[in-house]
Amino acid sequence: MIKRLLIANRGEIAVRVARTARRLGVHVIAVYSEADAGAMHVEYADEAVCIGPEAASESYLNIEAVIAAARATRADAIHPGYGFLSENARFAEACDAAGLIFVGPSADAMRSMGDKATSKSVMEAAGVPLVPGYHGDDQSFEALAKAAAAIGFPVLIKASAGGGGRGMRIAEREGDFSEALDSARREAMGAFGDDRVLIEKYLTMPRHIEVQVFGDNHGNAIHLFERDCSLQRRYQKVVEEAPAPGMDDERRAEIGNAAVAAAKAINYAGAGTVEFIVDATDDGANGPFYFMEMNTRLQVEHPVTEYVTGFDLVDWQLQVANGDALPVTQHEVTLSGHAIEVRLYAEDPARDFLPAPGHVVAFEVPIESTRVRVDTGVRSGGDIAVAYDPMIAKVIAHGADRNTAIAALDGALADLVCAGPTTNQAFLRRAITHPDFVAAKLDTGFIGRHADSLIKDDEGSLRPALIAVCADVLQARRHDATKHAEAGGEPGSPWSVPDGWRANLKAREVFVFTHVDDALSVAVLHDGDVVHLGLPDGSTATLPQDRHIGWKTYRTENTLFAVCGGTQVRLERVVAVEQDAAQSGSAGNLNAPMPGKIVSVAVSVGDVVTKGQTLLVLEAMKMEHAIKAPADGVVGDVFLKAGDQVTDGVELIRLEPVETKS
Amino acid sequence: MTAIKSNLDTGSELFSENAAAMRGVIDDLREKVAQIEIGGGERSRERHVSRGKLLPRDRIDTLLDDGSAFLEFSQFAGWEMYEDTVPAGGILTGIGRVSGRECVIVVNDATVKGGTYFPITVKKHLRAQEIARQNNLPCIYLVDSGGANLPQQDDVFADREHFGRIFYNQATMSSEGIPQIAAVLGSCTAGGAYVPAMSDEAVIVKEQGTIFLAGPPLVKAATGEIVSAEELGGADVHTRTSGVADHLAQDDTHALAIVRKIVANLNRPKHVELETRPSRDPLYSAEELYGVVNADIRKPYDVREVIARIVDGSEFDEFKELYGETLVTGFAHLHGYPVGIVANNGILFSESALKGAHFIELCAQRKIPLIFLQNISGFMVGQKYEGGGIARDGAKMVTAVACANVPKFAVIIGGSFGAGNYGMCGRAYSPRFMWMWPNARISVMGGTQAANVLGQVRRDGMEARGEEWSAEDEEAFKAPIREQYEHQGHPYYASARLWDDGIIDPADTRRVLGLALSASLNAPIEETRFGVFRM
Repeated sequence: MIKRLLIANRGEIAVRVARTARRLGVHVIAVYSEADAGAMHVEYADEAVCIGPEAASESYLNIEAVIAAARATRADAIHPGYGFLSENARFAEACDAAGLIFVGPSADAMRSMGDKATSKSVMEAAGVPLVPGYHGDDQSFEALAKAAAAIGFPVLIKASAGGGGRGMRIAEREGDFSEALDSARREAMGAFGDDRVLIEKYLTMPRHIEVQVFGDNHGNAIHLFERDCSLQRRYQKVVEEAPAPGMDDERRAEIGNAAVAAAKAINYAGAGTVEFIVDATDDGANGPFYFMEMNTRLQVEHPVTEYVTGFDLVDWQLQVANGDALPVTQHEVTLSGHAIEVRLYAEDPARDFLPAPGHVVAFEVPIESTRVRVDTGVRSGGDIAVAYDPMIAKVIAHGADRNTAIAALDGALADLVCAGPTTNQAFLRRAITHPDFVAAKLDTGFIGRHADSLIKDDEGSLRPALIAVCADVLQARRHDATKHAEAGGEPGSPWSVPDGWRANLKAREVFVFTHVDDALSVAVLHDGDVVHLGLPDGSTATLPQDRHIGWKTYRTENTLFAVCGGTQVRLERVVAVEQDAAQSGSAGNLNAPMPGKIVSVAVSVGDVVTKGQTLLVLEAMKMEHAIKAPADGVVGDVFLKAGDQVTDGVELIRLEPVETKS
Repeated sequence: MTAIKSNLDTGSELFSENAAAMRGVIDDLREKVAQIEIGGGERSRERHVSRGKLLPRDRIDTLLDDGSAFLEFSQFAGWEMYEDTVPAGGILTGIGRVSGRECVIVVNDATVKGGTYFPITVKKHLRAQEIARQNNLPCIYLVDSGGANLPQQDDVFADREHFGRIFYNQATMSSEGIPQIAAVLGSCTAGGAYVPAMSDEAVIVKEQGTIFLAGPPLVKAATGEIVSAEELGGADVHTRTSGVADHLAQDDTHALAIVRKIVANLNRPKHVELETRPSRDPLYSAEELYGVVNADIRKPYDVREVIARIVDGSEFDEFKELYGETLVTGFAHLHGYPVGIVANNGILFSESALKGAHFIELCAQRKIPLIFLQNISGFMVGQKYEGGGIARDGAKMVTAVACANVPKFAVIIGGSFGAGNYGMCGRAYSPRFMWMWPNARISVMGGTQAANVLGQVRRDGMEARGEEWSAEDEEAFKAPIREQYEHQGHPYYASARLWDDGIIDPADTRRVLGLALSASLNAPIEETRFGVFRM
């Protein structure tokens, strides 16, 4: 019987696992890296142990440290969450060796599913359909290129040891193959320490449909229906739902049984997911399906399954880990309504979804109900760290049918406030309300195809945001002044009425804000109890009456965030005398767009480069970002080398104009 | 406390007429100030800005705390005094909040005659320093001036209250612990060079500020040395070599940021020794003051209607309400500060003067600041009153006013004539601040009265010589006298010469008094020792 559970994870999943464990009366032990000392998952636990520095490789991925923490806290079991050590067979073995229950499948099951090539051969033997592809051991370029040609382009190159889209590349045609292969191998090596790849047919209209399975140590295995995770970006799931729209019951039973067969083939115990790719070209969700991989852990998107089945999967995981039989049989699992989940990320859709880690000034979740659930490990005042996944929260809604669920989810996304980091919140709202999404016209190309309408600047939001922010500045100023006055023993001092009063002259001020790269000036005219604003678009507004309902504001120092319905406008107030006179950066400099690590430097001093050429590759937030030449030029200076850690805005390379010789 | 119950009929014809007349003079005031605001005119402003410099008022806005009020002094300084127009006297002065504390700010306006010092410029600069000294306020000088205005040298250089007094004040204020801070944002030539040099801390802007005793032309003439202004006394020279300035700034904004940091580091806590409370608005609108005050300055009205529109909650606890009724005295709160108010409600009689002296003694004893609302044509005249010793009682009030060591604030809300001006804390009695309403008048006596007095003297002389004086001749004699008094008693004339610290909109009275009161509390309220009261 598990009494003391160590959760070897962080963020929302650690909180989510803790929630169930605590409900069951299990003592919860958290682990954390030095960077996470103040994190939400730490406070959610009964006790917590620091297991190392910020780098995951030295903390959350450090098997010895995790086991030591479990020993020190007399834990009897470890829940690995997802990611990190959740699918690490060595870790499962280490738990065994230490006499700890690993909440998850056996090391063998992990091994056979963890390697894509092995998993496919196991599935092939079990009669589960596979995508045409090459899973051979011969990893020579010649063998791989030949296999690709035999399958027929386009082909997909995947890391054998991979998952989550890392180390995955498409080669559209033969000519692209070599470069795509190199890139996939490099990413695979960096991510998994293993650069073996496999090659598959690339489906042009694929849907990603996966089946939740559960097995126990008494030979039982059942499925909890499917999830449709077709809305993806760079192979990362963005929207997940259950059941798969358009799938008929017959096909549902068929794909469920195939998944159960897969689980049984490896005597699977615990929660697992069998992922299929469905060729939706002709029959939508009912088209041919092929096994892709099996994830031997609790999935990020498990809440949608919980909603439509009514079960707590973490509870089940603990029961199975305790050696109990599954609490229900297959026919007792029924489908109720529809659930949709979106993943809220700190990323900038307008900048190619560049991760946007940073300080969370305010995080306000909509009131949770039977229809809406928010799983998160973030709260106001916290940080989205560079070192970890930039997911902020999962927002899940349930409804009697799909449209009801969409409406509830959209409402929740409109109410949720995440001020600070740039997020995909508005993008998510547009995605789930897009006519094609509502009509369930889904495939993995959805986001790419509709990028223009999903990713756009909300021009109309600037004016109400400016008005709201000006009101905030004025109010905050009044508030600060009043406090100052009271503290100074002069509660009524008119010096503490910060309305810019001038004798016999109009009380005029100019508020200057920076919005993205633009400077915006607002003329402020105080007139008794009201304030007139002259806005950059030439319009005027009067406070307080013209302040738009629904716009909330948050601030940290001089940075203000106006938030309304999931749209955030960030405005930096420029306070003249607080500006440092020394201006940093100048034309010709290439600065790090975000904090990260230099993976490779492709150029050296004196190289002549052309516009668009890759100069160096920066890895941040688990993604590679190519820094490209903004113009033709000569490399004047390279300030960093591979392996260096850089902070946001650091100058990386100096590019000088090409001198034409006469 | 007791709230004043207003008897004002805001629907009456008189009210409308009064309000219309007052709005007329306020409109004129605002129009004139808008003119003054522009300083030396568009061309010189453009030239100024094209050099990368901020305009003087923008310098103030940038220096002050976000949203801080600026209690500007004497906008009319120099108004119609010289052949040249010298808007605001070529210098802006006032009190504003910098890094959370009230400071006196003195800003040369280089768009006005190169920021050179006219006699009135000197007077305005010295008055700002006097305010700083009396109220213990740090001084910030934003220097951009060519020094003394040479054509006017006889009126700016040699006398006690001339240019040199600026530096005397800097030295002695510094010795009293009143910080002296200068930012050199432009030229700072000759005598002007001593402003930064005499300061506790000085900032200078790169390629903009220069400090030298003699500029390049004078140097060349004197020694033949050819040197650029920047090499002679630029920011690099003074911050790296000479040590005349302490901080090097990249531009105006940077310099002002440095000044803010300097002020933030002053370590001068303000100790308010009054029993303060939160501020409450008066029960009646300040704009109603426009209709309270009679357009005809000679017509009386109840000054309590004014008080009711200035003090917190319109609450006023009268002292000796039934005695000496032509002077209203009592306690109130203004922006949460306790104050004693002395206000005219008619001619001063012996009783009113005695009551005034008594009340001033109370406030001095209790260390309560005093506000004087002047609307006084003078002390009562005539045999009965002289015989009753009105001069002796008037003297008591003047003694009390002169000696009371609490912060005193005077506002001329109507007439300020004769010895009434003295008893009601006129300029000569060193109120911390003194303002005029735009409808007010100030002179030794009223114009009509003066014309009549002079006319009477002349008529007596003529009649003694047996001469006739026709009514037309008499009017021809009197009219220019009335005109002269009207002209010289006008607020613009008075304020141009710094007989006050500025003309204010009556509706701003409460705010102005509050700002000044708060600023005055930077200096501890001293014990009072009165002189001999003639009994």
